[in-house]
Amino acid sequence: YIGGVFDVESLVEKLLQQLASKQTILVNVYDTTNRSHPISMYGSNVSADGLQHVSTLNFGDPFRKHEMHCRFKQKPPWPWLAITTSIGILVIAYLVGYIFHATVNRIAKVEDDYNKMMELKKKAEAADVAKSQFLATVSHEIRTPMNGVLGMLHMLMDTDLDVTQQDYVRTAQGSGKALVSLINEVLDQAKIESGRLELDAVQFDLRAILDDVLSLFSGKSQEKGVELAVYISDRVPEMLIGDPGRFRQIITNLMGNSMKFTEKGHIFVTVHLVEEVIGSTEVETSSENTLSGFPVTDRCSSWKGFKAFSQEGSTFPLSPPSDSINLIVSVEDTGVGIPPEAQSRVFTPFMQVGPSISRIHGGTGIGLSISKCLVGLMNGEIGFVSIPKTGSTFTFTAVFTNGCSNPNEYKSHKINNQSNSASTEFQGMTALVVDPRPVRAKVSRYHIQRLGISVEVVSDLNQGWSNISSGNGAIDIVLVEQEVWDRDSHLSSLFINNFKKIDRRTPPKLFILANFISTSRTSATTSGDNTPSIIMKPLRSSMLAASLQRAMGVGSKGNARNRELPALRNLLLGRKILIIDDNNVNLKVAAGALKKYGAEVECADSGKKAVSLLKPPHCFDACFMDIQMPEMDGFEATKLIREMEKHGETSVEAYDNVSNWHVPILAMTADVIQATHEECLKCGMDGYVSKPFEAEQLYREVSRFFQSVPNGNL
Amino acid sequence: MDVMTQLQRQWREHTAYLRKEGYLDDQFEQLQKLQDENSPDFVAEVVSIFFDDSEKLLNNMARALEQKVVDFKQVDAHVHQFKGSSASIGAMRVKNLCIEFRNHCEAQSLEECVRCLRKLQYEYSVLKNQLEYLFRLEQQIRAAGV
Repeated sequence: YIGGVFDVESLVEKLLQQLASKQTILVNVYDTTNRSHPISMYGSNVSADGLQHVSTLNFGDPFRKHEMHCRFKQKPPWPWLAITTSIGILVIAYLVGYIFHATVNRIAKVEDDYNKMMELKKKAEAADVAKSQFLATVSHEIRTPMNGVLGMLHMLMDTDLDVTQQDYVRTAQGSGKALVSLINEVLDQAKIESGRLELDAVQFDLRAILDDVLSLFSGKSQEKGVELAVYISDRVPEMLIGDPGRFRQIITNLMGNSMKFTEKGHIFVTVHLVEEVIGSTEVETSSENTLSGFPVTDRCSSWKGFKAFSQEGSTFPLSPPSDSINLIVSVEDTGVGIPPEAQSRVFTPFMQVGPSISRIHGGTGIGLSISKCLVGLMNGEIGFVSIPKTGSTFTFTAVFTNGCSNPNEYKSHKINNQSNSASTEFQGMTALVVDPRPVRAKVSRYHIQRLGISVEVVSDLNQGWSNISSGNGAIDIVLVEQEVWDRDSHLSSLFINNFKKIDRRTPPKLFILANFISTSRTSATTSGDNTPSIIMKPLRSSMLAASLQRAMGVGSKGNARNRELPALRNLLLGRKILIIDDNNVNLKVAAGALKKYGAEVECADSGKKAVSLLKPPHCFDACFMDIQMPEMDGFEATKLIREMEKHGETSVEAYDNVSNWHVPILAMTADVIQATHEECLKCGMDGYVSKPFEAEQLYREVSRFFQSVPNGNL
Repeated sequence: MDVMTQLQRQWREHTAYLRKEGYLDDQFEQLQKLQDENSPDFVAEVVSIFFDDSEKLLNNMARALEQKVVDFKQVDAHVHQFKGSSASIGAMRVKNLCIEFRNHCEAQSLEECVRCLRKLQYEYSVLKNQLEYLFRLEQQIRAAGV
């Protein structure tokens, strides 16, 4: 080795110039002969951190070692691309995995759910089938024995019972009927839910239905001291076509609810055509103008929400189309009202306002929901407004068709059938109603007008008196509200005294319209011929007619009696009947009964006399024969009579050219035993009736051999 | 007429009382319905016949039961008659007693029959008083209405 001089700098430059630029690579050359003390030969004294590449340099000198440290001046930058790419790939892989996982899960879950649903569907269908079967079974199986029980109770009522027993039977009947109606309600609910309820379409009289419902509740309302009134607008036609039973069900339900929750004031039912009320939004609800003086809820609020009335949604033409009649019915009461928190649940089935309601008042809570469904079936809507402590008003609409052949017969709404004679009897009369409350007076006027009587209304007795005394039109009937009468007893007695002074052939009849039976009535301070009769509210035209008839003597008494069993009269009028009984009392009673039906009666008190009287020829049409008589009883006598009729020893001429005599003989017996019946037939009798006579049985037996004589001429 | 209304009310109340206590039943009402302008005293007439008949029958029954050898069939016949007439006018209590009496006659127990007869006589006299009171009221009403 000779030794050399190296210029390390130019060496490095020359060596590394190609490798890197001077800026980024730092080179340090060290003499590392002495390991612990490297001698720096080239390069800055930048601390050697980071990566460095150490390579040995061989300058040819055997005694010395050299090393070259190379490092980057700057730290290598983060390999961002690689990092993000790998992270991205990771994430994507993760997401994809997740999606797969979730999808598979979902599919599994959905399949699971589906299977569960199929199970449940099967169960539900089975339950539905079971429900229908249950319905069918329950309707028959429960109702049959129930009807049996009620039928037996009814028959039991007809037998001889003492007062206690009658009371027990009546209670049982009441409970039985309540049970039947409960069953019917529940079944209705079930029927409606399964969509199987159908409405009838028959002709019916709305006013008659409301009369019926009124009479249903009149007893209860008088008991409770609540005034009950019904008003039907004149524009509602006489006959409608629809389902009367269901309509009645709705009204009965609403009125029943009102009755349950009202202790004072009134319950007022009104029926109008929708066209009448659609325009009027103002209804007087001031205390003065209600039926009983108690404040009521504003009825317009109860139909505010009805779709048929809203401006936008109304397909409802202003003029009524063809035949359809749109009714709106309101039931207004002054009861305890419905608390606001319960109001939303009112139409939900089985919901009562409070848990104690069913205990106190009874009922299942289905009534209103059934009513709602029925109203819906009738293409109507139902709503209500209720203020606690003031009262409630329930309103519903329903669509019917006009049942009158002549659609212009709005005005004629007389009561039909039975009371036809009544309406013609009262036709043309005038009545005066004294009542300070216009609403109540309107109701009274409506009922009186139904009888064909024209009505004037005044608000106090003085005015009434001036009407009567001055009127050129003769007033026949005066009806005064109880409250007016009681208010001033002096005035009322003056009124009566004035009546006496009326110079007319028939002074007007005075009536008091009373709500409750007050015992103080009999100790009236009134005196004179014209003591007023009392007509009990709620007013019903038929009952009104009866009261007027009774007081005014319109219609002969004979008519009233004959109305009872005109059929019997038709059978027996003018017939000659022989009665045989050894007991004088029985004779007289039986004779009286037959005479009532227009028969000519002859009496005899022994079997012997019977035989002689019934020897042909005779003019008797029939014979009633007592069985148990001394000397010759009824059987023996009949046998003899039949012998006489068969074996006539006299010639045919003596028998008035009638060859076959057979006078109908009926046995009168107090003990109706089977044996007696057979005996009767054996000896030639034609039947038997019980003693004393029972009208229906009498008719049955007698009709077997008498034909009806329609106009009484034989 | 205050008197008239009062009388009518008394009459109504008495009739209702008789019905309620079971002295009279529906048949009596039927009888009342048979009374009209053609036979204005129908009920009174029937009832007076009833009184006459009943007294005779009760006497016959008493005599028959006093015999040394009692002919129960005879007694039964009388009771049957009485039963018939009381049923015809609606005298329920009397009629029911008669039914009881007949049972005793069939059983031929003298003691029971005698006891029954006493009861019957008592009931009959009560009924008679009640009806007579009713008729007196009717007469008064008629008099007041004239």
